[in-house]
Amino acid sequence: MDQFIIAGRPIRSRLMVGTGKFSSNAAMAATLEASGSEIVTVALRRVDIGSPEDDLLNHIDRSKYLLLPNTSGARDAEEAIRLARLARAAGCEPWVKLEVTPDPYYLLPDPIETLKAAQVLVKEGFTVLPYINADPVLAKHLQEAGVATVMPLGAPIGTNKGIRTRDNIAIIIEQAIVPVVVDAGLGAPSHAAEAMEMGADAVLVNTALAVSGNPPQMAAAFAKAVEAGREAYLAGLGKQQKQAEASSPLTGFLRNES
Amino acid sequence: MSFVDTIAHYPAQRVRDQILSCSELQVEQALASERLSLSDLQALLSPAAQAYIEPIAQRSHRLTQQRFGNNIYLYTPMYLSNECSNGCKYCGFNASNKIPRATLSVDEIEREARIIHDYGFRHILLLTGEAQKLADNRYLVAAIERIKPLFSSISIEVYPMDTDGYRQMVAAGVDGLTLYQETYDPVLYEQLHPYGKKRDYHYRLEAPDRAGQAGLRRIGIGALLGLGDFATEAFYTGLHAHYLARHYWRSQVSISFPRIRPADGGFAPLHEISDMELTQMICAMRLLIPDAGLFLSTREGSRLRDALMPLGITHMSAGSCTAPGGHAAKGEHTEQFAIDDDRTPEAMSRIIRANGFEAVWKDWDTEFLNASH
Repeated sequence: MDQFIIAGRPIRSRLMVGTGKFSSNAAMAATLEASGSEIVTVALRRVDIGSPEDDLLNHIDRSKYLLLPNTSGARDAEEAIRLARLARAAGCEPWVKLEVTPDPYYLLPDPIETLKAAQVLVKEGFTVLPYINADPVLAKHLQEAGVATVMPLGAPIGTNKGIRTRDNIAIIIEQAIVPVVVDAGLGAPSHAAEAMEMGADAVLVNTALAVSGNPPQMAAAFAKAVEAGREAYLAGLGKQQKQAEASSPLTGFLRNES
Repeated sequence: MSFVDTIAHYPAQRVRDQILSCSELQVEQALASERLSLSDLQALLSPAAQAYIEPIAQRSHRLTQQRFGNNIYLYTPMYLSNECSNGCKYCGFNASNKIPRATLSVDEIEREARIIHDYGFRHILLLTGEAQKLADNRYLVAAIERIKPLFSSISIEVYPMDTDGYRQMVAAGVDGLTLYQETYDPVLYEQLHPYGKKRDYHYRLEAPDRAGQAGLRRIGIGALLGLGDFATEAFYTGLHAHYLARHYWRSQVSISFPRIRPADGGFAPLHEISDMELTQMICAMRLLIPDAGLFLSTREGSRLRDALMPLGITHMSAGSCTAPGGHAAKGEHTEQFAIDDDRTPEAMSRIIRANGFEAVWKDWDTEFLNASH
């Protein structure tokens, strides 16, 4: 059976969703429902994580979703670590989507600070899911530090451009020893399907849902695309082109017994 | 966590059934995919793949050229000792064989090393049997320290060590390890290793993990082809290399393709591996791990070695002698096995060039290791 597992925990959907940018918390809740997702990420800077009155959190049914707090807005390792500890102290499961984005314009992740924070948080018992640029060597350093997944970006966050880092994501997938989640930049269900066809274990989508004319409908479309892409990957894609036969065979020696 | 946990997910019977039942369509899909999955590997090792050997070889050739250029790297083995307390049924140095035994002194090692150096070799592979009292880690370190000024790369093919042992080797100047599992079939392994420390299948299987943890730059593995069933041994070799490449990503993984040769004691292969199967395996490993070093020794004959040169092989030995001290005193000792390609290093490099490749003698420097300490 094709089971998706992160840090020993089976996860029912390979689509993860973000909760920012929605026009209302009600629209967000309806979108989560339509997505079929289990993992839902929430920016710790957006919510009052310890408060039972937080409106956004109250729209997320914790019996149905695994709340994955993220550290977006953190500019260095220290800030990210502080946020993660805060979430755990407030009773969240010790899972954290690690985001360290000192550049306020493109929100590109800082590789050095992300690695530093991951090393500390893993030691403290967190299940760490780091958001990274599509850098295969960084992915290896993070895996060595003990992260639960790596989450390379397909394109800068919020751009909806699709998988512009394709070659590097392919290398990360090829070499990974933990699940690879393509995060950021996926603007259309076809982008999500493409990531899954490449062998990604899951994708995370936020903007493409939140800014769509009909977020729940778009969430359902993404869910189907993720499933379709996964099935296509498992089935094995057919060949696209036939290689020309070489005129001087390399294996003639196997036929000419002498 | 080690390769022992990984291989447990691939039971032999299932692997064999999957490989034998691969269809031509699966082979075509494997050939078309940009990167090989483990099920693609099964397809390329299957009987169905034999009809596609030419396009598979073409792809392997292109990929090798892309990653390594037109280079063949030369190395030679140097046997330090043929003392052994193991009973490996296929090996000429088997403890039960009544053969003359020798362990070279450090002076003899240096003499032998100088001859090898004068042939032009700068990459050397040191070999011993497993005889803790006569040729242990300390002995190896003394040998390495003596010959280090002569060579730019020193690899070892000896008994498996613990992690500290491998660290000791790295500190002494060793950059590469070769360690064959011989067979990945634990039952057959037990039958073929009736006594001696080598009986411990798991300790050997985990040795490349320990070498990776100790920071060896190159880790070479292989199955002794002709012991177990071809398809499963080839698959497990690929699985093992694939695992090592991902877990010890700072080390370059390499794969050897030793086919059983006649040895003292008269062991006959349990499964004959054909030239077709050998070719299939070499190409499949190249497609699975485009950057792996693929080694072909002088066990194979000159005609086949020359034909396999463009198909994915990157490293070849030459001028090999499988007896300790055999370069300084030709013919005085007993060999581990008979070699086939007996062309001199000089002739070999000429032939490599004639085939359109550069013969590379040096591709490493011990200074890399000095810098890291």
